[in-house]
Amino acid sequence: MEYFKNIFSGISTALVGMKITFSHLFEKNVTLQYPDTYHPINSGDMPANARNRIDVDIEACIGCLACQRDCPVNCIKIETVKAVAGDEPMGKDGKTKKLWVSQFDIDFAKCCFCSLCTEACPTDAIFMTQVFEYATYDRKDLVYHFSDLSAEQVQAKKAALAKATAEKKKAEAEAKAKEEAGKNEA
Amino acid sequence: MEQNFVYDLIGENLIGYVIVAAMPLMFVLVYALVAILGELKISAWIQERLGPMRTGWKGVLQPIAEVVKLLQKEDITPANVNKPLFNVAPFIMFTGAYAAYAVIPFSSVFVPSGINIGLFYVFAVSAFAIIGIVMGGWASNNKYSLLGAMRAAAQMISYEIPIAIAILAVATLAGSLDMQEIIKQQAGGIWNWFLFGGTGSIAKVWVIPFTFALFLIYFIGSLAETNRVPFDIPEGESEIVAGYHTEYSGMKFAMFFFAEYSNMFVVSAIITILFLGGWQSPFGDFMNGPVWQSIWFISKAMFFVFVQIWLRWTLPRLRVDQLMYVTWKVMLPVAFVAFFAVAFWAMIK
Repeated sequence: MEYFKNIFSGISTALVGMKITFSHLFEKNVTLQYPDTYHPINSGDMPANARNRIDVDIEACIGCLACQRDCPVNCIKIETVKAVAGDEPMGKDGKTKKLWVSQFDIDFAKCCFCSLCTEACPTDAIFMTQVFEYATYDRKDLVYHFSDLSAEQVQAKKAALAKATAEKKKAEAEAKAKEEAGKNEA
Repeated sequence: MEQNFVYDLIGENLIGYVIVAAMPLMFVLVYALVAILGELKISAWIQERLGPMRTGWKGVLQPIAEVVKLLQKEDITPANVNKPLFNVAPFIMFTGAYAAYAVIPFSSVFVPSGINIGLFYVFAVSAFAIIGIVMGGWASNNKYSLLGAMRAAAQMISYEIPIAIAILAVATLAGSLDMQEIIKQQAGGIWNWFLFGGTGSIAKVWVIPFTFALFLIYFIGSLAETNRVPFDIPEGESEIVAGYHTEYSGMKFAMFFFAEYSNMFVVSAIITILFLGGWQSPFGDFMNGPVWQSIWFISKAMFFVFVQIWLRWTLPRLRVDQLMYVTWKVMLPVAFVAFFAVAFWAMIK
């Protein structure tokens, strides 16, 4: 008897399962078709504090290197040139800055989206955006250059700084020489 | 020959033979694409997904993309395999699957070869598939492949016997092994199909449970024959990687795949012929012209292909011992009893 009961339950449970799967066949699909009909940014599903691609407001950056030092994966590379008096970059707050940021590169192939840089920044120049679709075919294309200075401008700034330093040194040397000459006269 | 409209049109010559031999192949190629798409889409819908949506309108070109992908893949022959056997196994499996199409009547005016032992022939050539599986599994020099091949051999011995008895019962009922003859005996609407005991007076109702049991036995056995869930024991992805085709890639893997899909249609066609009246219209003589017949036949067979896909996403895989229990201890005795009942009915009818 157990034998026939088993056969019956085997067939009936298979039919129950088939009924369930068949009912699911016509149910509404749950797939969201990204990016054709659904996009997390357009639909507002992206959280405001989501950690996505970083952006840099180079106008606000003061070149303090706080982000570079905090980066756990060393993906930020910053170089600065000291500004010469009279040719200083203007900050966002209307005050002049002491440094030209000649290079500000972030390698997003390395970036781990930890957001430590954005917390360290004293001027909120480095911040998280909502952008997350920036895949490329070449890893080199993931190195983003944020500095707004061209190579020629950097050369010019460096030359100006070298000139200013040289002039300063010369002036110092002359002043020293004058002082010593004065001493000697005395 | 009245059995083949191609011979009527161009005569029984070499061109006629080639066309007749190629027609099922054309059908299988188109059918395989439809079945692959069906598998993808039905599995997706059952899981409330959308399935492929990006190749063509609603993803209908996905099977073509998959075939192109398989063609482009590197054809790897591992270093320590038995090369001749390894290379020939997938083609043997497909040959077995395709050879069965020789006797499948798509309509009353088209059967590639109207031999009078069609049913026996189909049963014989469908065993070819297992030779391909065992060959491929053994030649692969891989423990998972060998396990898969051994399981396939054990499974084959188990399911072939109940299937053979189910086929024998229908042959007894029809008194013929000729496919066309079996179908012709089921003329006259749904009630005369062998699923409902064939033609006869109302006294036949007592035999319906037995023919229905035979139908179920053949269907369950056919699932085992095509290595589909719940009897995909020789492939058993979660247990033995991919079973007998673990080492295969590219075109040779595609042949295994293709053979599995064409086998699915063969067993569905046999179920249709044996129990559901083949190309007979369900409404008797209404809509029973040669073109309608092929439409009825293909749609009935495709329904069973659909059921196979449907079952795949419903049932979990059986263990080897469970398969043995089902086939030897359940299907075989039931098939025997049903066979005797049907044979008795055929005698007194």
